[in-house]
Amino acid sequence: MVIQQKIEQKLLAEYQPAHLQVINESGNHNVPAGSESHFKVVMVSDIFAGKRLIQRHRLINSLLKDELANDIHALALHTYTPEEWEKQFGEYPTSPNCLGGGK
Amino acid sequence: METIDKIKQQIAENPVILYMKGSPKLPNCGFSSQASQILMQCGEQFAYVDILQNPDIRAELPKYADWPTFPQLWVNGELIGGSDILMEMFQQGELQPLIKEAAASASDSEE
Repeated sequence: MVIQQKIEQKLLAEYQPAHLQVINESGNHNVPAGSESHFKVVMVSDIFAGKRLIQRHRLINSLLKDELANDIHALALHTYTPEEWEKQFGEYPTSPNCLGGGK
Repeated sequence: METIDKIKQQIAENPVILYMKGSPKLPNCGFSSQASQILMQCGEQFAYVDILQNPDIRAELPKYADWPTFPQLWVNGELIGGSDILMEMFQQGELQPLIKEAAASASDSEE
């Protein structure tokens, strides 16, 4: 839970998102039980307004730079403005299945 | 050739290039698989580099791109994003014209 909480705390502190889910998907992958390697972040915030997807992802990637360098192997990102989130009806894409590849 | 020059050359010479784990036929990671399937659905030829076979590129490209993960799609020398971005752009109908235009301009310049 350490990495997961760190991701949550950083995102909450930096962006005060209207909605935030940090989901540990490591259990779906070829890593030991209890790992914190594969995560998905679903975040809704005004800061994404007027920004392209790549700019939105860069905001999160740069905030989580240390974790990405040291702890996180995969990070799925789903970023919405409050208006977009409303249109999504609170749904977000599922991540692809693991294909068993190593690091 | 230095790795960074190799990367720059690949990106300059290929209007659509995917850096991925494995190959489109035998992807080695779910995210790379998703990205290559989306690209294939766009119906144009694209180049790919298997970063598992090219550890030097795997080490250098994230720094050059300022993007920490793979896959990475580059179109006309610009990083478009990873598999989440490709999926979202594809579903919004934004990816197909981008790929088609890049492929068309490439075949023009070859004539």
